Amino acid sequence: MKYSVVVFPGSNCDHDAYSAVTANLGCKAEYVWHKETSLPKDTDCVILPGGFAHGDYLRCGAIARFSPIMEDVIKFANKGGYVMGICNGFQVLTEARLLPGALLRNINVSFICEDIYLKTVNHKTAFTSEIPEEKTLRIPISHGEGNFFADADTIKEIEDNGQVLFRYCDKNGNVTPEANPNGSINNIAGIMNKQGNVLGMMPHPERYCDQLLGGDDGKFIFNSLINHLK
Amino acid sequence: MKKELYSEVPVTRKTADEVGLNQEEYDQIVALLGRTPTYTELGMYGVLWSEHCSYKNSIKQIKTLPRSGGRLLVDAGEENAGLVDIGDGYAICFKIESHNHPSAIEPFQGAATGVGGILRDIFSMGARPIASLNSLRFGELDSERIKFLLRGVVSGISHYGNSYGVPTVAGEIYFDDCYYDNPLVNAMAVGIVKTDQTASASARGVGNPVMIVGSSTGRDGIHGASLLASREFDEKTDDMRPTVQVGDPFAEKLLTEVTLELIQSGCVVAVQDMGAAGISCSTSEMSAKTGVGMRIDLDKVPLREQSMSAYEILLSESQERMLFVIEKGKEDLAIDICKKWDVPMVQIGEVIAGGHLEMFRHGKQVVDLVADTLVLGGGAPQNDPPHKRPAYLDEVNAFDTTEMEKSKVKADDFWKILTAPTIASKRWIFRQYDSQVRTNTVQIKGDAGVLRIKEIPGKGLALTTDSNSRYCYLDPYMGGLAAVSEAARNVVCTGAEPVAITNCLNFGNPYDPEVYWTFREAVRGMGDACRKFNTPVTGGNVSFHNESRKFAIYPTPTIGMLGVIDDLNHAMSSDFKHEGDLIVLLGNNREEMGGSEFMKQTLGKIVGKAPIVDLDEEFNLEKATLEAIKAGAVCSAHDLAEGGLAIALAEKAIASEKFGCEVDLGENITAGKVFGESQSRILVSLCSNKLDELTAICGKYGVKMAKIGNVTAGKFAIKGLIETTVDELTKAYEGAIPEIMSKRIAE
Repeated sequence: MKYSVVVFPGSNCDHDAYSAVTANLGCKAEYVWHKETSLPKDTDCVILPGGFAHGDYLRCGAIARFSPIMEDVIKFANKGGYVMGICNGFQVLTEARLLPGALLRNINVSFICEDIYLKTVNHKTAFTSEIPEEKTLRIPISHGEGNFFADADTIKEIEDNGQVLFRYCDKNGNVTPEANPNGSINNIAGIMNKQGNVLGMMPHPERYCDQLLGGDDGKFIFNSLINHLK
Repeated sequence: MKKELYSEVPVTRKTADEVGLNQEEYDQIVALLGRTPTYTELGMYGVLWSEHCSYKNSIKQIKTLPRSGGRLLVDAGEENAGLVDIGDGYAICFKIESHNHPSAIEPFQGAATGVGGILRDIFSMGARPIASLNSLRFGELDSERIKFLLRGVVSGISHYGNSYGVPTVAGEIYFDDCYYDNPLVNAMAVGIVKTDQTASASARGVGNPVMIVGSSTGRDGIHGASLLASREFDEKTDDMRPTVQVGDPFAEKLLTEVTLELIQSGCVVAVQDMGAAGISCSTSEMSAKTGVGMRIDLDKVPLREQSMSAYEILLSESQERMLFVIEKGKEDLAIDICKKWDVPMVQIGEVIAGGHLEMFRHGKQVVDLVADTLVLGGGAPQNDPPHKRPAYLDEVNAFDTTEMEKSKVKADDFWKILTAPTIASKRWIFRQYDSQVRTNTVQIKGDAGVLRIKEIPGKGLALTTDSNSRYCYLDPYMGGLAAVSEAARNVVCTGAEPVAITNCLNFGNPYDPEVYWTFREAVRGMGDACRKFNTPVTGGNVSFHNESRKFAIYPTPTIGMLGVIDDLNHAMSSDFKHEGDLIVLLGNNREEMGGSEFMKQTLGKIVGKAPIVDLDEEFNLEKATLEAIKAGAVCSAHDLAEGGLAIALAEKAIASEKFGCEVDLGENITAGKVFGESQSRILVSLCSNKLDELTAICGKYGVKMAKIGNVTAGKFAIKGLIETTVDELTKAYEGAIPEIMSKRIAE
């Protein structure tokens, strides 16, 4: 299993994703500079990591979608290749129209970094199959713009299609308004595309892949795809 | 042959004042040069001889601090930041700096650029920044002004650090009226570097090109160091808002990658960041270190506004810039690296023999002076300001606290202290900081932030910032001892051995003999403590002139400490771990009330005597605690600080999220017993079968211990004071600051 981790100049979770999939999950990984025009041939999954791709003084991810590598990422995704956008990577995927919706400012307008709990909505996907039923994942968020928004029709469509993968919930798995850290519609924390090969999520699974750092629930998500591709 | 020098404005003795120099200093400059300086030269002296850059009123005292030994690789002051050997071929470099004055008038940018400035100090050494910390002081959190400052400073730090990608892992915040006009914003950064890949700031090699890298130069920040940072607050201060620089964390991130790649490529002879005093400072300091000079064509400097004068270019404090001396012949290699990251690199001059700085603008020479005359250790003044024991000390120290020590206390007192902004949870603040990026953060909720080091598996770092300025106000020597001791104690409570400190000395006007006396005393206290713990000073920063017409701040020497954990399996946290565990208090309870939070809450002022620090007692306590942690004899450790024993117990319960305690301190519950702030005390919890082992360790070091209670499943009770639940405690503790921040306060 080989991950390609795209490095935009302002990516800052690129090392974290690389280190999680190699040191903690035993996969191969390679950094891909955003000015490259093609992904490594043996790529199984592309990771668009967290950070502030081009400073993000404009809308987050709005410039990143024009980075040269994105053309090949879009081609790769359209051919069914797996793509995972984490935090800023999720924002880039929505800007690149690989995923529906947009990420707005957090409802309290502040950046928030803390552990949240996730309820898995759909276990029958390449990204979630290893997450035990009834398991509440504890994973950190770290963003200022993670308030997922889409028009009512789009929301209905992604809900009906099972494209919503994760919702913010409390410790016990209850999806409540209090457990929603950023104002996302329907507590949505992560979605996939209709074809099921592109995932975008605001929480950072790569940060919790090692008990030494406070948790390893993130492994369930990476292991799902690893096993799916076996 | 006499050179023709151009002065854009004729210089007279009066001009000196405009650039922040006094008449005596002006005369010194004329004597040094043997002529009248040009306006540009005068500006350079003004900024480099400013308090902020030259340390002219502090350097003689700073030199009394232990600045070498221990694990130090580079002595303090020789390079931008000190280097500490952590073994396996790696070193840590860390430093703390103030950005007080800019933050007072433009809190968001002031704090943001404070973070940016200290990060540049770290990566200009060749080190990759791995952590950021801060120490903040504001007026009481009971006015919209202070809330505005707090909001601005916190979002400035958050904006810069989060975007840049450095985790903010620890910090401290106090609220006291003396900081109403003059908040303190001290930012610390920590980096890691291979010991054979460090960069030097000493220019060498005649003919080597001098390159400017990073952002273009604009009119922001001119006179930031010389006028804003080096004077008190008055009615003119608001007009100085344009002297505050504007930060761009994305540019800084790129500059970091470029700088580290350039250093690793082997083409760099020397590099220095540009912070205070911009090009003036970097060219003169880099040259003076080795006695070379530089010829600089200011027309080559990329500018934001073409009409900028030589004076403006040299004094600009535009952020995210670096000055490099590149090895001749390797320019193309260097430029290619910069191109990859789209960071501009432009040659602006070359290294020349003879020690002179020669600068040109529009073909005219505007500067011709010996670099060494500008800098600290060279021509910059080194004063010995007069000092006198402040009159207020007798008055405040005379207050007898005996009655307060013996006074009865109620549950209400406990709740009041627990929810005081200085004590209450700072989650509202730290949740705005990314504390995990780079995935090294092991814990942030203990007494110090703990990081793993990916490069050296198993090894860890503990980091903290500390100072109790109320104690410094009552006794600056004791306060200096206490600040270093508390930092060391915090580091020890995470299972780390204290190895070195950096300091940020925030004081009032150094020309006031009473202020200067407190400065000398605090430095003496810090020095004594550092010698005792073998924790040399790697460097730091002095910030004078922290006062307004209405308020003088308490003397505030902030300590940033680095500890090393040899085996992360022994990293310790502060929270209770299991129901039924014993709770043991290590150290002497002298029941001291001077400067305590209880005193502030009940009396509304800070009087009495500062709590005593006995360095031997402190040292033995730390030795015993560290040994107990490493031996596995205890399963939590937390130092006692503001609010005393009762608050430390509450903090251990809240951190555990579920366990409480049942504590019995005897029949007569007095303020001294539960809220006294005697130093050198640590609260541990342990399985009862470990008690003999702990007793033996404490016996070996002569540390007093007292079994005071047990860990419970959720009840929190201190007999005679309070009985509640951990949930109630948490609600009050976590709710206090959000409650204040969410409601508008009538002015």
